Amino acid sequence: MAYPNDYKYTKEHEWVQVQGNVGTVGITDHAQESLGDIVFVELPKVGAQATAGSSFGSVESVKAVSDLYAPVSGKVVAVNEELNQDPEAINKDAHSAWIIKIELSNPKELDSLLTAEQYEAFIAEEK
Amino acid sequence: MSDNDIKKATRQVSQNEGLIFERSSPGKKGYRLPPLDVPEVDYKKALGQAAREDLGNMPEVSEMEIIRHFTRLSTWNYAIDLGMYPLGSCTMKYNARVNEVVARLGGLAEAHPYQPEKISQGALRIMKTLADCLLDITGMDAITLQPAAGAHGEMTGILLMRAYLQSKGNPRKKVLIPDSAHGTNPATAAICGYAVENLKSNARGMVDIEALAAQMNEDVAGLMLTNPNTLGIFEQEIHKIADILHDKGGLLYMDGANMNALVGKTRPGDFGVDVMHLNLHKTFSTPHGGGGPGSGPVACKKALEPFLPKPVLVQRADGTLGFDYNRPQSVGRVRMFYGNFGMHVRALAYTMANGPDGLRQTTEDAVLNANYIRKKLEGDYDLPYKSASMHEAVFSDHRQNQKGVKTGDIAKRLIDYGFHPYTVSFPLVVHGALMIEPTESESLEELNLFIDAMKSIAREAQEDPELVKSAPHSTRVSRLDETAAARKPVLRWKPAQAKSAGE
Amino acid sequence: MRYLPKSPADRQQMMREIGIQSIDELFAPIPAEYRLNRDLKVPRQMAESEIIDYFRSCAETNAAGYGGFLGAGAYHHYRPVVIDSLISRGEFFTAYTPYQPEISQGTLQAIFEFQTMICELTGMEVANASMYDGSTGAAEAIMMAVRVTGRKSALVARSVHPEYREVMSTYSQHQGMPIAEFGFLENGRVDMAELEKKITDETAGVLIQSPNFLGTIEDVAAIADLVHKKGALLIVSIAEALSLGIVRPPAEADIVSMESQSFGVPLGYGGPYAGVMATKEKFVRQMPGRLVGEAKDKDGKRGFVLTLSTREQHIRREKATSNICTNQALIATMATIYMTIYGREGLKEQAQQNLAKAAYAAQEFGKKAKVLFQGAPRFNEFVVQTKEDANDINNRLLEKKLIGGLPIKRFYPELGNVALWCCTELNSKEQIDTAVKAVGQ
Repeated sequence: MAYPNDYKYTKEHEWVQVQGNVGTVGITDHAQESLGDIVFVELPKVGAQATAGSSFGSVESVKAVSDLYAPVSGKVVAVNEELNQDPEAINKDAHSAWIIKIELSNPKELDSLLTAEQYEAFIAEEK
Repeated sequence: MSDNDIKKATRQVSQNEGLIFERSSPGKKGYRLPPLDVPEVDYKKALGQAAREDLGNMPEVSEMEIIRHFTRLSTWNYAIDLGMYPLGSCTMKYNARVNEVVARLGGLAEAHPYQPEKISQGALRIMKTLADCLLDITGMDAITLQPAAGAHGEMTGILLMRAYLQSKGNPRKKVLIPDSAHGTNPATAAICGYAVENLKSNARGMVDIEALAAQMNEDVAGLMLTNPNTLGIFEQEIHKIADILHDKGGLLYMDGANMNALVGKTRPGDFGVDVMHLNLHKTFSTPHGGGGPGSGPVACKKALEPFLPKPVLVQRADGTLGFDYNRPQSVGRVRMFYGNFGMHVRALAYTMANGPDGLRQTTEDAVLNANYIRKKLEGDYDLPYKSASMHEAVFSDHRQNQKGVKTGDIAKRLIDYGFHPYTVSFPLVVHGALMIEPTESESLEELNLFIDAMKSIAREAQEDPELVKSAPHSTRVSRLDETAAARKPVLRWKPAQAKSAGE
Repeated sequence: MRYLPKSPADRQQMMREIGIQSIDELFAPIPAEYRLNRDLKVPRQMAESEIIDYFRSCAETNAAGYGGFLGAGAYHHYRPVVIDSLISRGEFFTAYTPYQPEISQGTLQAIFEFQTMICELTGMEVANASMYDGSTGAAEAIMMAVRVTGRKSALVARSVHPEYREVMSTYSQHQGMPIAEFGFLENGRVDMAELEKKITDETAGVLIQSPNFLGTIEDVAAIADLVHKKGALLIVSIAEALSLGIVRPPAEADIVSMESQSFGVPLGYGGPYAGVMATKEKFVRQMPGRLVGEAKDKDGKRGFVLTLSTREQHIRREKATSNICTNQALIATMATIYMTIYGREGLKEQAQQNLAKAAYAAQEFGKKAKVLFQGAPRFNEFVVQTKEDANDINNRLLEKKLIGGLPIKRFYPELGNVALWCCTELNSKEQIDTAVKAVGQ
């Protein structure tokens, strides 16, 4: 699956798409593939503070659990409640199944994230 | 490949059986009470608002149906009584029948935990005798039989460690845990208020002494070590490990899950362990019962004795036995009453049936069996660590994975061959692990059948990988959809009409 | 050694194939200075008949043939013979954790039935596959309330079993989880005013027992109202499971932590027993312990599996909901068989008999001594206050092969000479009359 060019990526396999001062966050296709069938997404509460590099929730498959790390800092302004009913949406299309939206408190943090090209190189190396 | 390659098992008819609730109908009864010899009481009047209306969907069935129901269910289980159960780290050995008989003797099975000590001397004598046996087996100074299971024993042991260090002025912050450890170890350290620091294994599958020395400091309370470790390898530099910890004031905790490799041959107390737990359901043959009850006594050195959970079993001046509740330095209780006494009875019966010679022979046979399997299978399966094996051998699926066959697939195929699988994907330090612990309970014939089955599956993985990947083919249910089960959990039965109304 | 299925020739052959001369070579990894070169100091190898003789002699010096009035967290109820007959099947008791569902459907389905029955009895939506026992289950329930609410402290009623309270305090001491206690009133029920005073916005959970240690049935709904107003969870601990045959289920609670020993599990001098935790569906991911769920195989056939295991230590390690690994599967199976035998009607009738025996006994004791905690309903236990030390009364009863009520002055010194008496369906009127006679003799 292609990695959209207008997204930024973390080495922990999250993506963020920024529109205005809000960043929409999900996990990458590579992450969903290595996790396997996702059965549960633990979401934060709207209003919680996310800190870049810190865990804000987790995704679970049958036999594994993986922390979710915020790519950027800021207030959580929305969570994708549909994932409670339909966690497999991430398996179907990881790059459109968003998890949370963060109101950026420090847009400069985006500069340290990976571009699509850098991320693809990174996962190629990891393999 | 066909069923002809399968020597140990033959397919047979298996009875179908629904849930007990689906057999229920009003008016059927499986009991009869004796007549009441005191005046009847109207419970609704006596309890008022606290009275219950009815018991909902609790079943109503006859005794005959109950016998058939549970007997049919039982036939769907694999068990040690049916054959080899090489689940690594679980020590699935023979559960002697005499243990069950003595545990059910009236005076023991019906003893109330609060009955006066003077009429409990028999039960206390059993506990004392078992405690003395376990102390000599482990080489330790003091023991509690209170913990209900292995993980519960771990918690007790780490609390002892903490209380001891606290009494020296500082409980410290961290516990070191090797990457090959059971998941209970880090979980235990966490609930005892310690941060967990991972300790890497070296290329031989043992604790990396230099890494340990580098990580050990005055912030570290101790190390939780399984020995032999989960790779089945004895930590040969155990004395150095203990010295490094002790030099910095830390303690060595031993997870005794693998004591079946050591009993009668060496003693943890002699090689520097300060505190450890035993799993009576592993080494001392108390039944696993489909997942419990266990029993996890904790033995320790003299210095930790004041902190043992209360009450502590003591011999009084007049020779009688009793419980000492006056233990001001105790970590407290970890369980009500005195532990899983029924398991203490069974473990002592096992020890008596063996005696010192039998216990030693048991350990030797367990190690012999594991090494025999290792020798016979090392041509067919990848052996990631070449260090000597004790009571279990850990292979990986590296070769079979070239054809897309994973450890979990080989395990499922083993079911078709009439065996319970080994432990799958553990320890985590081995990618695609097959952890095989035969125990002493297997005859040469059974071991050879197992080896044949494993060799045959290795061939199948090369020649017909799909056959292995879609196994098992002979069970009453095929692979179950665990993903769907976890996404929309159904954790209880509901009557059909209520279900459709709710949907 | 009769459990070892190998001849000396078998061992020789295996050693040859491994390529060793002596078995000691396999133990070479153990440094020589730590090898044990003597026999263990354990009893010599004994014949089966000797083993039975030994334990029989222990059993005979262990209150064999005594009747009694002890309850207090361990109850003497009749155990139908069907239970031991069924759980003695090797397929149940010599199997392990159902990690491989295809060959463990028996254990899995029995546990699924157990979970269902516990839900029916407690009024909860989900129940786990069992915990070690009621006391550790109560401690785990408080830890769960802390996870659910994100708050830190807990309140526990003083009318909860004293040993349960000790266990909770052991578990909580290093988790930054302070536990405070609140008292009870003259009718034996919790002191709501004190609870209201002590509960704060930092209280994660309030734990009560019903029927409580003093025998009194609590007003669960009223307590739940108060607790929920403060945003805390109500945990109801049940030590006498049979009470649920006639006592309203604590459906208003958030977590029910129950000891199921009363359901066909032998007293066994205190264990093994089986705790069980039940809760609302929305909290299930914070619940500790194993869970069995329904699943379909590839042909659509119903089966059962261990599920939601990402909560557990083997996956989440130090971040797990608990360090618990095992459940008490065989004990839970005993309880399942017991609940099946008595079922919808029998549990009620059995519970009614318990209530009637205890009511009769309390009435008779009331003629010779003071029965405390009047004015609230009881099930099968009650507290008797006497002029004389309870131990003296009990010593007289022992001569008649009866064990009197549990002296509880050590737990509640303010109550004076008190003992907790329990009457189950197994106490005859004659025993009760004998016991009453011993009071104030």
